Amino acid sequence: MNDLSHDQRVAGLKGLGSSRKRVEDARFTQGKGNYVDDIKMPDMLFGDFVRSQYAHARIRSVDTSKAVALPGVIAVLQAADLAPLGLHWMPTLAGDKQMVLADGKVLFQGQEIAFVIAEDRYICADAIELIEVEYEELPVVVDPFKALQPGAPVLREDLAGQTKGAHGERIHHNHIFRWEVGDKEGTEAVVAGADVVAEEMVYYHRTHPCPLETCGCVASMDKINGKLTLWGTFQAPHVVRTVASLLSGIPESSIRVVSPDIGGGFGNKVGVYPGYVCAIVASIVTGRPVKWIEDRMDNLMATAFARDYWMQGKIAATAEGKITGLWCHVTADHGAFDACADPTKFPAGFFSICTGSYDIPVAYVGVDGVYTNKAPGGVAYRCSFRVTEAAYFIERMIEVLAIKLGMDSAELRRINFIRKEQFPYQSALGWEYDSGDYHTAWDKALNAVGYDALRAEQAQRVADFKAGKTRSLMGIGLSFFTEIVGAGPVKNCDILGMGMFDSCEIRIHPTGSALARLGTISQGQGHATTFAQILATETGIPADQITIEEGDTDTAPYGLGTYGSRSTPVAGAATAMAGRKIRAKAQMIAAYLLEVHDNDLEWDVDRFVVKGVPERFKTMKEIAYAAYNQAIPGLEPGLEAVSYYDPPNMTYPFGAYICVMDIDADTGVADIRSFYALDDCGTRINPMIIEGQVHGGATEAFAIAMGQEIAYDEMGNCMTGTLMDFFLPTAWETPHYTTDFTETPSPHHPIGAKGVGESPNVGGVPAFSNAVHDAFRPFGLTQSHMPHDHWRIWRIANQLGLHG
Amino acid sequence: MIPNTFEYHRPKTIPDALAVLTQHGDEARVIAGGHSLIPVMKQRLTDIAHLVDLQDIADLRGISVGDTIRIGAMTTQHALITHAGLSAAVPLLAEAALQIADPQVRYLGTIGGNVANGDPGNDMPGLMMCLDAAFVLSGPTGTRTIAARDFYFGAYSTERAEDEILVAIEMPRPSGGYAYEKQKRKIGDYATAAAAVQMTAVAGRVATASVAMTNLSDVPVWSAAAGAALVGTDCGPVAVNAAVAAMLEDINPGADNRGPVEFKRHVAGVVLGRAIARAFSRL
Repeated sequence: MNDLSHDQRVAGLKGLGSSRKRVEDARFTQGKGNYVDDIKMPDMLFGDFVRSQYAHARIRSVDTSKAVALPGVIAVLQAADLAPLGLHWMPTLAGDKQMVLADGKVLFQGQEIAFVIAEDRYICADAIELIEVEYEELPVVVDPFKALQPGAPVLREDLAGQTKGAHGERIHHNHIFRWEVGDKEGTEAVVAGADVVAEEMVYYHRTHPCPLETCGCVASMDKINGKLTLWGTFQAPHVVRTVASLLSGIPESSIRVVSPDIGGGFGNKVGVYPGYVCAIVASIVTGRPVKWIEDRMDNLMATAFARDYWMQGKIAATAEGKITGLWCHVTADHGAFDACADPTKFPAGFFSICTGSYDIPVAYVGVDGVYTNKAPGGVAYRCSFRVTEAAYFIERMIEVLAIKLGMDSAELRRINFIRKEQFPYQSALGWEYDSGDYHTAWDKALNAVGYDALRAEQAQRVADFKAGKTRSLMGIGLSFFTEIVGAGPVKNCDILGMGMFDSCEIRIHPTGSALARLGTISQGQGHATTFAQILATETGIPADQITIEEGDTDTAPYGLGTYGSRSTPVAGAATAMAGRKIRAKAQMIAAYLLEVHDNDLEWDVDRFVVKGVPERFKTMKEIAYAAYNQAIPGLEPGLEAVSYYDPPNMTYPFGAYICVMDIDADTGVADIRSFYALDDCGTRINPMIIEGQVHGGATEAFAIAMGQEIAYDEMGNCMTGTLMDFFLPTAWETPHYTTDFTETPSPHHPIGAKGVGESPNVGGVPAFSNAVHDAFRPFGLTQSHMPHDHWRIWRIANQLGLHG
Repeated sequence: MIPNTFEYHRPKTIPDALAVLTQHGDEARVIAGGHSLIPVMKQRLTDIAHLVDLQDIADLRGISVGDTIRIGAMTTQHALITHAGLSAAVPLLAEAALQIADPQVRYLGTIGGNVANGDPGNDMPGLMMCLDAAFVLSGPTGTRTIAARDFYFGAYSTERAEDEILVAIEMPRPSGGYAYEKQKRKIGDYATAAAAVQMTAVAGRVATASVAMTNLSDVPVWSAAAGAALVGTDCGPVAVNAAVAAMLEDINPGADNRGPVEFKRHVAGVVLGRAIARAFSRL
């Protein structure tokens, strides 16, 4: 390899910037992945739930006698069985508590009532059918505004008399918290005196991450050595270990949590679910391994939903369109328990990023969390915490303001963008944006799609429509988003008290290959590919010779897991820092071997070279061997490093998305003609994986905007419990995407990377939705709520009188 | 999502299958492609003690194309699409079959299961009414033939007795223009509204027209009046409006996640108008 040129050696590493193929895909594309449900153990039992048919009811009785009598049934657990252990309720990540099994009443359809443990899943299913639950129905509240009315039914009787919650005062028996940020008086004064104020209610409907693999676990308590092993669909395995220890009293050293291959998470697999608790208890009681696996209906009906935010907004501006203030009040429907997965001090996540990409001098946000008879959750579905809600809100408010001003919304965005020279930028709601160049990205995007020509075509289409020549309308959906990811600095971000650092531990083997372990866990992101690339560039070891391991708490260093696009910003930083520790020691070893001072060496791709004497060098491979076979004065043998990285700030990826859509005014059918996505995620590690992430996130955004929802009827029945009614796009519905980029590194991240997995969802939803709105803007539409499925689009046309 | 225990039967002849049905009465059900039956079994919405799988019965397969078309009940949607003679003789069938779900479903889903189940969401029943097909039923006392237009009573309720098996579908060889126009939310979904049209013309004027609608009532709807409204016309706006108005008299859609009644009625009119235009253009 010494004959290779500098460029050939760089290429051979497959380091930063290489579109290296994903090392995971060999097994995934051949059906050789190892998921939780692939785990089979001798004597393993199966557990499953009796679930509530009603959204709100008192449980009069549960008759399990026939089920228990069925051969193969081991036991049926109810709340009373868990109560002596204190496990009939469990704490949520949001500071609330949640029933593990129904304690006297049920609060949503699909709630867990009893846990059946049987020899296999077939017997389990038969036993569930034999259990008779007697309900006394109670009045149901599915509307958060009705839930806050004075005479509304009391949902959480367990909180009776409690006027303080985890986040301050509760003002009503169905109220969870009020969270306020910014300058309320100042903002309201600006709004009162503004030239122009646009006011709108923007609803981001309830939807669901719906990963292809549902949630599940296998719990195995070894009564001989006292060790509990828990395999499961966990996006944060170390946090699960800590919670399991705190709840069970088993020392954390005697608990091993393993996340095997995970078939998509999207926030759905961050929380702790009753199934995990019941499987652990069942294994402890029986001394046998117990598996619990949800089916699709369980997952859609009971396991964490996302969004359900009613966002009332006022945006103030000068007559010329310069924004002067932003006011927002959110009514947040959290369902029966506050089980949001947010950093502890942020009950509405990072929603206060809702000033978006704009230089807004003053702003205020207030959020009221509300209980309803719907499933708990509120997770970050392919977005950082409540960031997609925030981006949707501001990108709709920009459009609403543009209508009020009679302006083109592309120009309105341009005159309000934070300027390049303002970074690091302090937002009115307290965030410090690390870096950005919004104008460059916006101009590149508008040029790429031929924006002016599109507007001209649209104007002709409107004229043709009005003249009766066509029944097709055309929408141009603009979106410019700023994400806030990489939670986060330990000083203000924690999950259940655990600071949101992350970690990497590296071992360089004597022959020059390496093993690195991280506190994160891939669910499809391709960590085994990209983290090896970071290390390849840092250490000069080819990525193909670096094995990445995650997800086993017995071997991986403590980390907070993978969600909120935090893996690259936090664990990726830890990886680079650990790599630099390796390189620092390698430099000392090389200096010894070359008999020069450390400072006389310089790094060159994969080796240390004596300055000015290019023929004198030691490669990383030679150095690694020396670390194990030579006694080097003043140095310990071996070549290992560990880094725990506490990020100084979040990272702020951004991007410009433009969707062009043709809409059939008569049927409500929307055809996505084109979708352009420009992402700036800072330094790009693997462009191919970035493109894949953008395709995936944009497809989920398409689904959410155009049809995907969790809907309830007035009785609290979930109307969308199967994939017949819950929209999961196939290849046939999915649009074609054009991806593009600019590259503005993060100034505080070791390699300048910002994270990308969630940007396309955050930016994509407003792009699709704005396209629908834009098509009808010439006919007087200001705001219409998602999802924009056929009948809702048809309703817009109908209400605007377009059906003659 | 796990069905109750059941006995699985796999007869090789029609008499053997009928014998199982006779022996077990309403505890037995036949299964063809299984796309409707297996999900309801998994959800335990139906309790079937004896499942009679028809896939090994050779006499239920095969397509013959003459003046009369005969299609074995166990013919898959995939076979309907790829059978060259059938596609030439009844192009409407392939056009509709291509709008049913996805290739994986069409490899298993059968025309017999589709028409016999009585699900108003299925595409083939309306199509069979449009084409004036007849269903051949075999039972313990022999074989009888029922017109598709007389077969459906209500959702999942048909002329077929519980001890009968649908063995084949017969139809006269159609001629003229045709179209199947379907609006759906996504691949794999039932129609929000769909219209089947088959028509003939003499000297630029419609001579015969047959119109059927899918998923717009608890049964597929053959609208004789809609067809009659087109006869003698050139399918201009007045005629189409008359056909749509007549069709709207015959349907009775319900609200569901696809939308409210007024939306479905509107879309029913739109898809019928488009189907008529396409059929007329193919004359």
